[in-house]
Amino acid sequence: MTERVAPSSEQAQLPEPAVAIEWLNTMMLIRRFEERAGEMYAKAKVGGFLHLAIGEEATIVGSTRALRDRDYLISTYRSHGHTLARGSDPSRVMAELFGRVDGLCKGRGGSMHMFDLERRFMGGYGIVGGNLPLAAGFALASDYLGTDDATLCQFGDGASNQGTFGETMNLAALWSLPVVFMITNNQFGMGTSLERHSAVTDLLRKGEGFGVPGMRCDGMDVVETYNVTTEALRIAREERRPVLVEAVTYRFRGHSMADPEEYRTKEQVDQWRERDPLAVFGDQLVEAGLLDADERARMDAQTIERIDAAVAFADASPHPSPNALYDDIYVLGDQVRGWYSVDERTPTPHRGEDERGMDRADLPRSAEHGHAGTHSPNAGELKPADDAQQDED
Amino acid sequence: MAVMRYREALNAALREEMARDESVLLMGEDIGVFNGAFKVTAGLLEEFGERRVRDTPISENTIVGMGVGAAMTGLRPVVELMTINFSLLAMDQIVNHAASIRYMFGGQVKVPLVVRMPQGAGHQLGPTHSHSWEALFLHVPGLLVAVPTTAADAKGLLKSAIRDDNPVVFIEHEYLYGQRGEVPDDEDFTVRFGIAAIRREGSDVTIVGISRMALTAARAAKTLSEEHDIEAEVIDPRTLRPLDLDTILASVRKTNRCVIVEEGWPHGGVGANLAALIQEQAFDDLDAPVQRVTGADVPMPYSKALEQLAFPHEPQIVDSVLATFRDRTAHS
Repeated sequence: MTERVAPSSEQAQLPEPAVAIEWLNTMMLIRRFEERAGEMYAKAKVGGFLHLAIGEEATIVGSTRALRDRDYLISTYRSHGHTLARGSDPSRVMAELFGRVDGLCKGRGGSMHMFDLERRFMGGYGIVGGNLPLAAGFALASDYLGTDDATLCQFGDGASNQGTFGETMNLAALWSLPVVFMITNNQFGMGTSLERHSAVTDLLRKGEGFGVPGMRCDGMDVVETYNVTTEALRIAREERRPVLVEAVTYRFRGHSMADPEEYRTKEQVDQWRERDPLAVFGDQLVEAGLLDADERARMDAQTIERIDAAVAFADASPHPSPNALYDDIYVLGDQVRGWYSVDERTPTPHRGEDERGMDRADLPRSAEHGHAGTHSPNAGELKPADDAQQDED
Repeated sequence: MAVMRYREALNAALREEMARDESVLLMGEDIGVFNGAFKVTAGLLEEFGERRVRDTPISENTIVGMGVGAAMTGLRPVVELMTINFSLLAMDQIVNHAASIRYMFGGQVKVPLVVRMPQGAGHQLGPTHSHSWEALFLHVPGLLVAVPTTAADAKGLLKSAIRDDNPVVFIEHEYLYGQRGEVPDDEDFTVRFGIAAIRREGSDVTIVGISRMALTAARAAKTLSEEHDIEAEVIDPRTLRPLDLDTILASVRKTNRCVIVEEGWPHGGVGANLAALIQEQAFDDLDAPVQRVTGADVPMPYSKALEQLAFPHEPQIVDSVLATFRDRTAHS
């Protein structure tokens, strides 16, 4: 059942020059963004946890470039690279890290919870393995609506041990859903190495018993990752069945910024760094004559300028107003009254709905039931919920 | 008006909403070929087909998570969990995702998902099938929580839940499934969230009954009237989020006494929460401490003799009401 594609020993053919350069550019963007994010964390501009994807750029760019614009992408708590690769503005991603109002999620999500509906980047999620069922849900929607949109679900080697992994593989295969599950095997579930956390270390095989065939790609090779993901997405989209792809890669930095890295040796890290995907792919393009050293340096300088601008933008963006604390918990429609949240509970006496300007005249209080009349929020809406406006009154 | 059972009313709500809106689909264990563990979905597979009525494997966390994902794209999935105890397997998706996604992503997306589940003791199903846990879901900002008691509310609230753009935890009751009630025939009949029903008017004491306990409270009120000359006002909140506190406070301000009845556990329960809200907002109107009648603070036992002791019945409610009338100084 296992399908192996593009053996790593042979170097895959480069794409069109403009495409190859765009890939390199995006990998650079992710690298420089992550490096700067780490610096900003050290300066306490960024709070919480910060998980960097340095080393994983080829996996991120190779896989996301295999997507169509309307395909869904969903990620993990290591999600900056995915949202950048999908085209989100680096300034807004940085502003999210800074917890500011201009952040992608208005400063509510932070590093682990990026989201960009417009680009069908369906989010980063902080619960390991929690995003797999959601991905199957997007694929279910594509199937239900008869579109040929596919879903690419990213997660790590550690997530392959969660119950949701088996449950979702089974359901996706059972219901023939157009979804590609990509294990970014960076060799560690936090600080626990693959051979210490998974009985089966050929992760591409872990879906087989659930009816999901596996493929593997060299996740340090952007071209191979692209090719394998493209084939996997083709199978998902055209043959209507899920595929598992294991991308073998490595993160050069710790799990998070708070990681002393006592679980691995410097030698191992150095060994993998020799395969630095950004350096290797850049060299490859220079060797192929698509780029000279000056152009490469200029690209890098321009990328750094973009990141400088992103930091300046994030720093200038205001902190959220205290009044925004309770925004967006609920979609407030006319059929729902009463206390949604305890935000209305203050030390002063409770203000009744009449005092809040809500007309209760039409609300039967003692009757057995009420008539809601003609409300029909979004009946028949089959498009993505792209309504980002404030529904609150 | 038609007289129908609570489960039939739920079935009618599902059927009408599916007919009305193509984006509504059902997922759950044994809801199709088996017609539902409690027959709520009977006949729907036949009527709407396998695309819209989906039997799932036994994978609660994943089917709820798929519902969340599908809802994020604009569909309106209704997921059935066979009992409320099984919802614990899906708690990650319900709390970390369904409830949080809109907020944590800055309002970019809605999650119009309904998760239905029955609760309640009395069928000797022991400690893994019999609990009453509206308090667990009430605790979570981002969720709406409905606890319908009557057939009409079951239908009207479920229709509202399906049409609502928020994730709704819809808590049914195993005992109530077979109970009959009058239900309007009108397909546009819905019951709004956040409006309590006053089941019985009275001026002496307010009894708030949650889920099935609204019925038990109404029976206790009858006894109080007939045997103790106490006229109780019985309030069924119908939804716990949003909560119609206005109606409860207005009643307490009139009666000056309040007893809250729930089937769930006492610590951190619905009654504990409501008693806190009432004393914060109406302390000066109270002539006696707010009383709670709750399920026993134990996992649900199997033995019928013990199980019957482990959830509230009419005499306990009567006793609690009478306690609010005692001259407290006499006991000190």
